[in-house]
Amino acid sequence: MVDMSSGMDEAAMHIPQAPMLAIQNLTKTYRSMQEQIAVLRGVSVQVGAGESVALTGESGSGKSTLLHLIAGLDEADGGSIRIVDTEVTALADRDRAAIRRDRIGLVFQQFNLIPSLTVADNLAFQSRIAARHDSHWQSELVDRLGLGDLLKRYPEQLSGGQQQRVAIGRALAVRPPLLLADEPTGNLDEATADDVTDIALDLVKRTGCAFLMATHSTRLAAKLDRKVRLSAGLIS
Amino acid sequence: MKQGYWILAVLLSHWRRHPLQLTTLMVGLISATALWSGVEALNEQARASYDRAAAVFGGSRTAMLVGQRSSTFSQQLFVDLRRAGWQVSPVVEGRVRVQGRPLRLLGIEPVTFPAQAGSIPAIGASDLKSFITPPGEALVAPETLIALAGTEGAVLRTDDGATLPPLKARPQLAPGVVVVDIGLAQSILHLQGRLSRLLVGDTRGQLPPLETVAGDMLRHVAADAETDLERLTDSFHLNLSAFGLLSFLVGLFIVYSAVGLAFEQRMPMFRTLRACGVSSRKLNGVLLIELLVLATAGGLIGLVCGYLIAAALLPNVAVSLQGLYGARVSGALALRPEWWIAGLAMSAGGTLAASATSLLKVIRLPVLAAAQPYAWQQSQRRWLGWQGVTAAAMLVAAIIVLIVGASLISGFALLALLLLGAALALPVLLAFVLRIGERNSRQPLVLWFWADSRQQLPGLSLALMALLLALAVNVGVGTMVESFNKTFTAWLDGRLAADVYVNAVSDAQARDIEASLRARPEVTAVLRSGRAEIEIGGWPVEVLGLADHATYRDRWPLLESLPNAWADVRSGGGVLVSEQLARRLKRRLGDRLDVSTPAGDRSLRIAAIYADYGNPKGQIAVNIDAFTVRFPDLPRTRFGLRVPPGKIGPLIDDMREAFHLDESRLSDQSTLKMESKAIFNRTFAVTAALNTFTLGVAGVALLTSLLTLSHSRLPQLAPLWALGVTRRQLAGIEFLKTTFIAFITAMLALPLGLLVAWCLIAVVNVRAFGWRLPFHVFPLHLAELLGVAMLASLLAMLIPLVRLMRMPPAALIRIFANER
Repeated sequence: MVDMSSGMDEAAMHIPQAPMLAIQNLTKTYRSMQEQIAVLRGVSVQVGAGESVALTGESGSGKSTLLHLIAGLDEADGGSIRIVDTEVTALADRDRAAIRRDRIGLVFQQFNLIPSLTVADNLAFQSRIAARHDSHWQSELVDRLGLGDLLKRYPEQLSGGQQQRVAIGRALAVRPPLLLADEPTGNLDEATADDVTDIALDLVKRTGCAFLMATHSTRLAAKLDRKVRLSAGLIS
Repeated sequence: MKQGYWILAVLLSHWRRHPLQLTTLMVGLISATALWSGVEALNEQARASYDRAAAVFGGSRTAMLVGQRSSTFSQQLFVDLRRAGWQVSPVVEGRVRVQGRPLRLLGIEPVTFPAQAGSIPAIGASDLKSFITPPGEALVAPETLIALAGTEGAVLRTDDGATLPPLKARPQLAPGVVVVDIGLAQSILHLQGRLSRLLVGDTRGQLPPLETVAGDMLRHVAADAETDLERLTDSFHLNLSAFGLLSFLVGLFIVYSAVGLAFEQRMPMFRTLRACGVSSRKLNGVLLIELLVLATAGGLIGLVCGYLIAAALLPNVAVSLQGLYGARVSGALALRPEWWIAGLAMSAGGTLAASATSLLKVIRLPVLAAAQPYAWQQSQRRWLGWQGVTAAAMLVAAIIVLIVGASLISGFALLALLLLGAALALPVLLAFVLRIGERNSRQPLVLWFWADSRQQLPGLSLALMALLLALAVNVGVGTMVESFNKTFTAWLDGRLAADVYVNAVSDAQARDIEASLRARPEVTAVLRSGRAEIEIGGWPVEVLGLADHATYRDRWPLLESLPNAWADVRSGGGVLVSEQLARRLKRRLGDRLDVSTPAGDRSLRIAAIYADYGNPKGQIAVNIDAFTVRFPDLPRTRFGLRVPPGKIGPLIDDMREAFHLDESRLSDQSTLKMESKAIFNRTFAVTAALNTFTLGVAGVALLTSLLTLSHSRLPQLAPLWALGVTRRQLAGIEFLKTTFIAFITAMLALPLGLLVAWCLIAVVNVRAFGWRLPFHVFPLHLAELLGVAMLASLLAMLIPLVRLMRMPPAALIRIFANER
């Protein structure tokens, strides 16, 4: 495991022996009437259990596309994505949905909470539909996320930071082997962003899941175990 | 399973957080189901009553032989047919009055009665003896028993003085029917040796052809053929069904609007669910379950409301059907399980149809597309162009149907195309008007007024279409009813030309009455008349015998006539024909009409065609002398009197005292007119009630649309508030905008309604009933409806406006900061 505080060179990072996420030569091209845009041109990356990796790159570099492909929200043109021992690219939509439900925690920039559910119900939602609801774990999550006083509130009654903490709690409620976060602090101020990232990292350590976070912020990226940069459709 | 439960819980949580939207949806579902199922309950009740009535004399369930030329035929034909091996059973039928109540007297011969001919076998083998041996039995429905005497065994007399056998209740019988032994019935009805029909039972082996035995005196009516009653009342029920369906459609407009908005608001939720691992199939499956749950809940409440509506309207429908067609409908609503199932199926089917586009959108939902909270309204705008093209196509189709169609169904298709085409064209027309306003505005706030009205249009268009439809139908039906009312009054004056009407008990009494009247100086004319029933071209036709007198010549409501029409009629060679009979037989003025009477066939020249509104039967009028010759066996008991207005009361009092004539046998013109108008008013009371319901549903549609829009439109209003327009001013502008759009809609509904009225009068009425009314426009009625429409709009606007005026500034700040 890499200690980011030591300032080790990204290229020199070692990969854990049993990667939770293994991506090989992934390609994705968007086609329109006028042009074809090759967003990913052979991306390979691995993330191990308990490891946190920051995915950086300019706007439009393909960070979100990569996360969407990993989550099975979109289909790759070529290459391989393995989550634990399952090849995601070979799965049908229904099976990809099952992988998302059981093995992936997703956190978005826009929070994407369900507005008609309370904080408590939002937190429990994914674990319930995965039939893996654990009330002890949920209580622990509530404590660690500092949501104890907010459980009966609805998302519209929360601040941005609070909403994102609920989103992280929802994502981790199933104890997924993989946590994906797409610019989770993009809508938050610096202090709140630091706070949310620290909580997420703490929970990642506790659950031992692999964490891949797309971010523009070099300051936040530095908090994670290592950084990979996406540029011109390739990991640089 | 558990996953499905949690997904459903999440989907339903939306409604918990948006109770107004849920109310809107339920109001739509409930009103759609209630109005449709209410009307269906009425129709079903009436049809069940016809079946009950038909079952009594074998009607639609039994094949029968009926007279080819007249309503009765010789009993000898029965004897001849039985001897030839035909398993036939005789029935005689006529009307009697008991305690002033008209009853249908049915004489049967139970020994030969076919087993498959309905409820007569209910007499039972043990009762057979008491039924046929004196004094016999008079079988009646329990309702009739209660209405007449209240107890079994009571012996009643008809108003003519004939004695009926002791009463016995039989639940299988229709109300208003009395079944007795055939010999007794012939005696009471003065139809000795005559029969009304022969029921045909199962026959084995070869039979000689009917013509060989009975010549051309009888015709065969196949089993399961539509009964006369069903045929006559079909149009009435079709009208009711059309109304029910229209209300159902208006209700579905609300459902479509509510479901569309709810689905669009939940798109981000659907994407989150998909992102959290809910498969597309699962999500759509649960959405379908959610819709069916809502449809079932709304449908069940709707059915209960429908039952209450039907129960409230049933008395009027029953009176209308009896007044118009003599059809007796039981006053107690009894509904079969099929009605409940059909109602729920309509609710579920309607909900799924109204939700189809929204469901399709979710099925095709791209998980990664950005959230578009009000994309539904935007997509509605894109449809505007297509809507215009569809509207034009429908209106062209309407013109084609008008030119080519000839049936009643095509008449209703014309109405449907016209109404739907106009409804689809409405948003296009409104957008055009608003665009003109926008182009001619310079002031920023005025410019915004027009531009924002146009932006508001997609969200309001469905409700406005519902309002247009409801108003147009109201104007159309209202104009038709008013036209009918106006024409009917003048027509009654013509048809009820005599001042007093007399129907003596017997020929002898008639002679006494006539002699006494001729001695009274105030009686200026005694006009003998007659009435008989025959068939022409398979249709029941009444024959009237009229005296040659100025009373009729000056006032009979002729629509068109030959130059010497009355002279033709006086000579016996001419006949007056009712409009509907002329249309049905496709005969014109001067054509010949073959009339079969007991005294033989006669070919008469059509001298004039007259209005006979509301009569489902055909009617012809001949000179009374010719009538007496052609129908020698009929009693000559009827006459009309001409008496100065002030002398009518004393004359009637004197005659009542001298000849013991009750109201059914002696009546004055004003009473008859009052009764006729009462039947008329009750006939249209049902239509008026349904009209009001439909308008009410349209008002609710407008209210719910404005309420849902008021929330979604706050992001558009918040910046104006931030720029210095007060909440009161904003509410004022909103008021003006909605009033303007509603006003334009109502103004467009008026000419459309008049067009609907024309279609009803000139197309549907002619095809349904055979007569055409003069078309009148009633400006006051139109102004009244315009006022009602604007009032409904105002009421619908009230809640959203008050909410806007009272909205705390903090809420507007939040909307301004977050949702722009």
